[in-house]
Amino acid sequence: MVNIPDDLKYTKSHEWVRVNEGTATVGISDHAQAELTDVVFVELPAVGRSVKAGEAVAVVESVKTASDIYSPVSGEITAVNQAVVDDPALVNREPYANGWFYRIKLSSAGEVDLLLSAQDYAAQIGRQQA
Amino acid sequence: MLKRTPLYGAHLERGGKLIEFGGWEMPVYYTSIVEEHQAVRNAAGLFDISHMGEVIVSGIAAEEFLNAALTNDVRKLAPGQGHYTLMCNERGGVIDDLYAYRMNANDFLLIINASRIEADMAWLELRNAGRADVKNASEDYGAVAVQGPAVQEFIDVAFPSASCGGTEVKRPSDLKKNQVGVFIHDFCAIYIARTGYTGEDGFEVVVPAAKLESVWKGLLAAGQSHGLKPCGLGARDTLRTEVCYPLYGHELDEQTTPIEAGLGSFVALEKGAFVGREALARQKTGGVGKRCVAFQMTGKSAPPRPGYPIWSSGPDGKRIGRVVSGTQSPSLSLGIGMGYVEPDYARVGGSLEIEIRGRRAPATVVKKPIYRKPV
Repeated sequence: MVNIPDDLKYTKSHEWVRVNEGTATVGISDHAQAELTDVVFVELPAVGRSVKAGEAVAVVESVKTASDIYSPVSGEITAVNQAVVDDPALVNREPYANGWFYRIKLSSAGEVDLLLSAQDYAAQIGRQQA
Repeated sequence: MLKRTPLYGAHLERGGKLIEFGGWEMPVYYTSIVEEHQAVRNAAGLFDISHMGEVIVSGIAAEEFLNAALTNDVRKLAPGQGHYTLMCNERGGVIDDLYAYRMNANDFLLIINASRIEADMAWLELRNAGRADVKNASEDYGAVAVQGPAVQEFIDVAFPSASCGGTEVKRPSDLKKNQVGVFIHDFCAIYIARTGYTGEDGFEVVVPAAKLESVWKGLLAAGQSHGLKPCGLGARDTLRTEVCYPLYGHELDEQTTPIEAGLGSFVALEKGAFVGREALARQKTGGVGKRCVAFQMTGKSAPPRPGYPIWSSGPDGKRIGRVVSGTQSPSLSLGIGMGYVEPDYARVGGSLEIEIRGRRAPATVVKKPIYRKPV
């Protein structure tokens, strides 16, 4: 069963966001890691880079394909998760915990409200599978 | 509308993730490419290869016709034997690569690529001009490949009989590499060949379409206690890439010759006239403009992918070719691939650079196959 925690926000392109005091942590959903299977490489943005919502900022590669990761929100990258670079399979094992990708200081807090709730995201991937 | 194999329902039942391949809806994996890859290297894996085409060539002129149409020398095949061969155009470009089995003096079975069935049939019919009987039996047959070191322990359980045609054996496990036998299964004649596309021991089983699902289920049951797993095209691709078997549309196409691809040992220049012979003989003595090399990434890097540019190494590096197959090797845990480069850069041990998303990562030309079984 696909895990979709209630306390996170999601994008149609399967990223998740956890907001804490103006900074968001970003990763990819359990559904996304299950679809990719066998993550073998993760490329993360440079700390300090300014990104816009919807911009391709990271790459995750499975055995089969390379997929872009789009930033759900705008702002400045404040930290990246070296652990997933060293051990890409963390993305498969712990997509919502130690498998996070980067942290970003929000430049426009209102953007978070435009993201999908857990319920909306569940409905979206349900539709996609149907 | 994508075509579905007789095992479509069985794939859904096992949770196969389906993708388009050569006009067919095929499983890319069931659980994970890496798990399925390791099952084949360490135990056993079962693949649906029903998308591949079957062509039956028979009649008194069959041998002569095939020897004029294919690069390898079919006269070398005794009944019940098969070999890898290629079909080329006049320029030596590859129309298809295939397996040819001689079943009897005047009967041959060709196993061809799914995406090339129409092209091959058109070309064979043009060349044949009515001499031999050439029949496209692709709709009549399905096929599975059962591959891995444990397969010899259970293949006879799934097919407990002696052969009644092809190579004469008491049981399928007595077949030697490249031998094929006809066996009776569920009142039906099936072909079992000791061949494969993974670099492991194993068998390919060609079965009338209506009986394929019972063969699939019979093999899964026989192999269950030996670690047999159903495997998708994802693992099929990583397995064949590790052992440098070509895939049509990647290493091979109509603009590429077997000599450039490093498949010269399957081109029998001495056998007499065949289509493409002059062009291939010229390349064999005069040299080629590009060469297919195997490479592995030197350090930690993103996996190479088809289409990525290849550069010579160093600050004054130039673009010398392009990647045609590339993946993360599950056996070696590093990026591997094959690509075409200018012949000066094809030396084993030489340095290359693979351009990945605008940055160049170092790679080394290695001897084929990239992966060898530990002894």
